[in-house]
Amino acid sequence: MAHAAVHDAHNDTHDHKPQGFLNRWLFTTNHKDIGTLYLVFALVMFFTGGSMAMVIRAELFEPGMQLVQPEFFNQMTTIHALVMIFGAVMPAFVGLGNWMIPLQIGAPDMALPRMNNWSFWILPFAFVLLLSTLFMNGGGPQGGWTLYPPLALQGGNSIAFVIFAIHMMGISSIMGAINIIATILNMRAPGMDLLKMPIFTWSWLITAFLLIAVMPVLAGAVTMLLTDKYFGTSFFNAAGGGDPVMFQHIFWFFGHPEVYIMILPAFGIVSEIIPTFSRKPLFGYQAMIYAVASIAFLSFIVWAHHMFSVGMPLGGELYFMYATMLIAIPTGVKVFNWVTTMWEGSLTFETPMLFAIAFVILFTIGGFSGLMLAIVPADFQYHDTYFVVAHFHYVLVTGAVFAIMASVYYWLPKWSGNMYSERWGKIHFWMSVISVNVLFFPQHFLGLAGMPRRIPDYNVAFADFNMISSIGGFWFGLSQLLFVGVIVHAVYFSKNRATSQVWEGAKGLEWTVPSPAPHHTFTVPPVIDDSMLAHGDVTH
Amino acid sequence: MKPENAKLEPTKPVAHDARGIAKVALGVVFAAFLLGFAMVPIYRIACEHVLGIRMSGEAADAAQVALMTEDKSRTIAVEFVANVNSKLPWTFKPENARIEIHPGALTEVWFDASNLSDAAIVGNAVPSVAPAEASPFFNKTECFCFTEQTLDAGESRRMPVRFVVDPQLPKETKTLTLSYTFYANELATKQLSVVPVPVAGVAKN
Amino acid sequence: MRRMLTAAAQIVFGLLASTAASANPVPWQLNMTRGASQTSREVHDIHMIVLWICVAIGVVVFGFMFVAMFRFRKSKGAVAATWSHSTKLEAIWTIIPIIILIASAWPATTLLLRMGDTSDSEMTIKVTGYQWKWRYEYVDYFGKEPGINFVSSLESQSNRTRQLGSGMDPNAIKVDGYSTYLIDVDKPLVLPVGVKVRFVITADDVIHSWWVPALGWKQDAIPGIINSTWTRIDEPGLYRGQCAELCGRGHGFMPIVVKALPKAEFEQWMAAQVPAPKAEATATTLAPTTAPQG
Repeated sequence: MAHAAVHDAHNDTHDHKPQGFLNRWLFTTNHKDIGTLYLVFALVMFFTGGSMAMVIRAELFEPGMQLVQPEFFNQMTTIHALVMIFGAVMPAFVGLGNWMIPLQIGAPDMALPRMNNWSFWILPFAFVLLLSTLFMNGGGPQGGWTLYPPLALQGGNSIAFVIFAIHMMGISSIMGAINIIATILNMRAPGMDLLKMPIFTWSWLITAFLLIAVMPVLAGAVTMLLTDKYFGTSFFNAAGGGDPVMFQHIFWFFGHPEVYIMILPAFGIVSEIIPTFSRKPLFGYQAMIYAVASIAFLSFIVWAHHMFSVGMPLGGELYFMYATMLIAIPTGVKVFNWVTTMWEGSLTFETPMLFAIAFVILFTIGGFSGLMLAIVPADFQYHDTYFVVAHFHYVLVTGAVFAIMASVYYWLPKWSGNMYSERWGKIHFWMSVISVNVLFFPQHFLGLAGMPRRIPDYNVAFADFNMISSIGGFWFGLSQLLFVGVIVHAVYFSKNRATSQVWEGAKGLEWTVPSPAPHHTFTVPPVIDDSMLAHGDVTH
Repeated sequence: MKPENAKLEPTKPVAHDARGIAKVALGVVFAAFLLGFAMVPIYRIACEHVLGIRMSGEAADAAQVALMTEDKSRTIAVEFVANVNSKLPWTFKPENARIEIHPGALTEVWFDASNLSDAAIVGNAVPSVAPAEASPFFNKTECFCFTEQTLDAGESRRMPVRFVVDPQLPKETKTLTLSYTFYANELATKQLSVVPVPVAGVAKN
Repeated sequence: MRRMLTAAAQIVFGLLASTAASANPVPWQLNMTRGASQTSREVHDIHMIVLWICVAIGVVVFGFMFVAMFRFRKSKGAVAATWSHSTKLEAIWTIIPIIILIASAWPATTLLLRMGDTSDSEMTIKVTGYQWKWRYEYVDYFGKEPGINFVSSLESQSNRTRQLGSGMDPNAIKVDGYSTYLIDVDKPLVLPVGVKVRFVITADDVIHSWWVPALGWKQDAIPGIINSTWTRIDEPGLYRGQCAELCGRGHGFMPIVVKALPKAEFEQWMAAQVPAPKAEATATTLAPTTAPQG
């Protein structure tokens, strides 16, 4: 577009970065710079939310209240979740999408570059607003990230700020999603048919549809909360004829697709990395796409499995149990296909591959506990215990976050032009993968033994596993400092230049541009050669 | 499109109607936002017609109730549970906590409410039936929960509920619980001091 | 190495076996309680069925994965194959999971139907959740109205110990050698053994959730809505639980204790409770306006 027109005549490898810090970053419309902004923001939020997790694990280190008041503990659990979901995982995926989708489909930039700038720069304001509630009279939100009324409406006025912050995050991710849809549908290089697109791009396309379908529903739900609190409506207020359970239905109609928004791009990343380091095409490319699409579809019809204990009629509980169990089928297909991709490959174990393999194993463990949670009679025991906490941290930390880390190691040479330190990358991996299991695996036992979630103190029977979990937590938290170290080293200090190919087995358009990727790429649409595509035979 | 075509026509222009797609997407976003609010009525409809939970506190259709015939062969227990929200300084209790009835028979039960405070207060009673699946078979022809109730300072009142349990009630249901929770209606209570003579029984909503 | 593994396995299975017997949480407990009712045992059984199904699938899938990781290493000279599709394989691993899912959905469905059947109950208890305590009302016992109604909240020693910086030792709170920190109350809910008890559960202020693991379920307590469920306890004993739905700053401090007595003893207990005079009984339906907890 504008860039393409201006720069068509230039050589790709010449950078034309805007001069000056503000011009370069604040007013940028360049997909790579915006991608970088998103990723740096996500990293900052990862540590912000992580430090709250440290407060939680420190208080839970042993029985008795040692460090914080229960009110503050509840603020920590609430804001930890909001920051990690809306501040760390989602912006990281949007950042990866910004960086890689145009490179993967041979587009010069995102379709709507100015909107792209806006959708990023809303985010810091949204999170300043959210985090500022911690310093307000009465403190931040204490009702859990799910904001269930009437509890969420009990506190002070911080809820209004939280709701406004959620609106801003929602607008940001909706704009990001629209941009990704427009880019993928419109900006593909000639010959890049939909069924030739790299699988990461595919999973983002489906994710973007989920985003525009459900983020507005969340906006509607929190708006109703706001009017219930300030304008005398009674959507969820039993006293006025409303129904508090209805909020849960509306919230989880958003919330369940939301959890897939946080995992589908991770599926895409892993489906890129495993073939590269197996030096073998992805097994069942089309099946993988259909699996992602069916998971996305199913995500709309299973929401009430988050609320089996609210007293739904039997028919409802049975329906949501069966529908939820169905999700295991496409998810299973994905796991089996990853394993089969590795079969008879030629495997090497660089850091991205290690994280991808850990993803497959640990995400599958999270999937297993998800299947157990789907069984309604058993869920009456599991619900709202540490078993659930263990489950969703397995799918979100060793799932989504590990995939993001894998992708950072995988594409960092392309972004920075330098190889990261493989030795320190591997140290980071092994520290993370061991500590994360020390952190979350014992939480399964705690939940089964009867420890409810979101409690600041507990009976001494739960002491041992909580202490182990806390030690794992501090260890995992500290290990992430290595991650920052490896990135800073690779970007600023590494002398080991990356080739444009970077990885021996890597295929796809992004590996045809130099490393680091120049400021403007594909100003002239590339010619697609099917042999360059990561999934090889495109007919399956 | 065959793969070879791509190689033959590398100069095929990239479509540039991104704004069109963005507009469609914005339409989807707007529709989804409305869907969020539409879920309020959808939820009620789904509960009442798909899952068979009666949500509204409205009177049953008298004509329909009149058609029900008493089924003397069956006896079911109906329990009455009265709750007062802790923000409302009233007492409220059923005169009988439990009665046994035949389905199809019109039954009248009484509840007593007293205002313990030294000011007139308006309250609303919110009904709920357990098990939820039985709620569509529980037909109230008269109930204090249909209207706002105003109790003057220290006033006590006997309030009736007349109901018929549909003989079609599933056979396995042998006990029903009818629960009322009285909540303070703060808005209406405030208006009491403005409006000179409040009358009990102003239609709800 | 192998000896270590067998030793570890012995510890794990030993713990699984030993802790399954306890109805209340014990240190190093690894698994769900078998509980104190037919329902809770069936819930435990279906939990174990699904757990072992998951373990079996995991062994197969991760087994293939580890074989691949060791056999097909580039450093061992593995050359990558080029195949990337097999309709037969994909059909197999779509159909087998469907069969496994149906196999596990079947017992889950029948159990759920039994758990939802509150008919033929002989006793009704009304549970109301408040911030941060529970009220129990004995609505019906074999067609009679016992008129018992009381509030149950965290016992005072736990309450003092759990204050920030109290300096008191949570381990010091014991009843008959069992640590009851945060899971003991001033007045337990007393229930008879062998009687089908129906619970009607609601809440006054915010949503709570009434959960005693030994009974095999939890049920949300929701303002304005009444939920019903049931239990029939087999064995006399003390069964401890906690509020399971975040309900504010005292959420961790509103435990539940069910004291199950043989039927005769229960009836003695019931007779000993001075039936509250009518006026008082109605007054107690009011919640105290100040919360002693939190």
